[in-house]
Amino acid sequence: MDIQTPKGASARPEFKEAVTTSTWQRWMNSDIWHSYKSSPVIIISSLTFLLLVLGAVLSPLISPYTPFDPASLNLMNGFTKPMSANEFTGDYFLLGTDDQGRDVLSTILFGLRISLFVGVVAVLFAMTLGVVLGLLSGYAGGWLDGIIMRIADIQMTFPSIMVAMLLYGIGKGLIPPDLRDEMAIWVLIISIGLSEWVQFARTVRGATMVERQKEYVQAGNLIGLTRWSIMLRHILPNVTGPILVIATISLALAIIAEATLSFLGVGAPKTEPSLGTLINVGRQYILSGEWWILLFPSLTLLALALSVNLFGDWLRDILNPKLR
Amino acid sequence: MTGETPLISARQLGAVFDVSKPWLNRMLALEAKQYLTAVDMVDIDIPKGKTFALVGESGSGKSTIGRMIVGLQKPTSGQVLIDGEDFFAISSEKKKMAMRRRIQMIFQSPYASLNPRWRVRHIIGEPIRAFDLLPASEVDGRVAELLDQVGLAKSDGEKFPHEFSGGQRQRIAIARALASNPEFIVCDEPTSALDVSVQSQVLNLMKSLQRELGLTYLFISHDLSVIRYMADEIGVLYLGRLVEVADRDTLFDKPRHPYTRMLMDAAPHIDAFGRTAEIVKGEIPDPINKPSGCSFHPRCTLTEEICRRDRPEVREFGTEKARVACHLCAD
Repeated sequence: MDIQTPKGASARPEFKEAVTTSTWQRWMNSDIWHSYKSSPVIIISSLTFLLLVLGAVLSPLISPYTPFDPASLNLMNGFTKPMSANEFTGDYFLLGTDDQGRDVLSTILFGLRISLFVGVVAVLFAMTLGVVLGLLSGYAGGWLDGIIMRIADIQMTFPSIMVAMLLYGIGKGLIPPDLRDEMAIWVLIISIGLSEWVQFARTVRGATMVERQKEYVQAGNLIGLTRWSIMLRHILPNVTGPILVIATISLALAIIAEATLSFLGVGAPKTEPSLGTLINVGRQYILSGEWWILLFPSLTLLALALSVNLFGDWLRDILNPKLR
Repeated sequence: MTGETPLISARQLGAVFDVSKPWLNRMLALEAKQYLTAVDMVDIDIPKGKTFALVGESGSGKSTIGRMIVGLQKPTSGQVLIDGEDFFAISSEKKKMAMRRRIQMIFQSPYASLNPRWRVRHIIGEPIRAFDLLPASEVDGRVAELLDQVGLAKSDGEKFPHEFSGGQRQRIAIARALASNPEFIVCDEPTSALDVSVQSQVLNLMKSLQRELGLTYLFISHDLSVIRYMADEIGVLYLGRLVEVADRDTLFDKPRHPYTRMLMDAAPHIDAFGRTAEIVKGEIPDPINKPSGCSFHPRCTLTEEICRRDRPEVREFGTEKARVACHLCAD
């Protein structure tokens, strides 16, 4: 018996080239792209999301008015109807104005910016926290796992909005009054982030416990790699699949949580209103007939949350081969 | 034994696992703690450049011995001496790393032993980086050399593990094990997950690498034909105890322990088509509640009173010095 050595280096194509062309082609031929192409709902929702993000990012450039600059406000413009010019000043407002004469479209664009910023940063914060704690919990096991998971269990028994409100209250109490409005956004981010880390931690812990048993981890132990090196370089890349899905769904939850807190008056201040604050303001005028102040911010929030949610659901389905 | 000083020697090696239920359940049910003795007083000596094979049914403690020898698991009793040094007695991290470099392992499943998210050249290069054996610029060259040594192409280094077959993956695992220039490799059932046609290729590769590099192997398997091909000396494990240790020819020509004979009879032979194989009686007993005396007595064909009562000591037989733990075995 002799060793069969499949040496065929000369017959193989130069690998650099093969990799670059095939990555693009693999993507074009992949199930994910195919599923995306053949699902109009996902195309619409991803485009809606993209449009909203662009609107938020570019709001200082594209918004027709600067709604929070008192110098540019004209009280005469108050309560202008949508798609009409004001009868006194002749200024045109696509989505109407509120009681102070602020352009609703502009306030929505700026509010969207704050809502998205809070949502994205809160999810990144929750993700970092949850992934690190989940990895630690799943890899170390024992009492550390016990403590982290019991904290998670206790937190799960309260609705996350309640946790966020509690943390928000504590945060506000710790900050001196003159800094409150400035810090409000960050308090909001931390309280939403802290109320959503559990999902990440649990998922990562479960996946880590599976990976920890695998022999490539033992091979790492064998060459004396440190705990953190094994967790971050070996296990983490293998548990990122579900993290992406949870992050998308958490983003929708975080945006809604932020809107809820702001609607309840404990979130973004009126000087820097998010969509939730705008809805809260609009609520006061719905019975006196100025419906546009409430309706347009609400529709924007709906479109944002729905598109993120639909996209997250699709991502979950496509990344889970069992559901296909 | 051969008389040379062994590279690896295990002395009175024992592994006991605590398999008790959580303390609250135990208190409520008023149960005592439960222990599982996976490895019991095992002595192994492996001379440099030789292959020692461990054979036994699943649950006999083969893999646990392998894990203790490479230092993945601390023995509950006894010690493993590598070139006269006990890994778990070394206190300085630097010396530990030096020891780790000398011992490597090839795992059973080539699917789980390679990180699916890493490119092959990173997988193979990792030990080189971990032990700081070469400057970073020379790692890729060494990886290419290793790939060539195990019969893969240099360009395979850019691929991910899922692009390979089981046999090729096991070659990658072998290349990784060789990357730190080890002297001793534990092979934990390296071919049991492979197709029969690929098995012999991998075994041949391992044999020729042993010759070229002067490697010492501890070869763990349940497949007697694989063991016959690879081993110089063989230890038969039953419920964590070595029941028979002999060199290859002695063991296959003249198996002495009734358990060894039973294993040989049960092995399927391709040349005995139509023959009814002796079926192995019974199953390996619960290692938590081992049978009294000789733990093999419930399945043994010979059993006498003494087997139920006393645990057999290891005795030497014949000019070949086969070591057998059986009361009734006589030359």
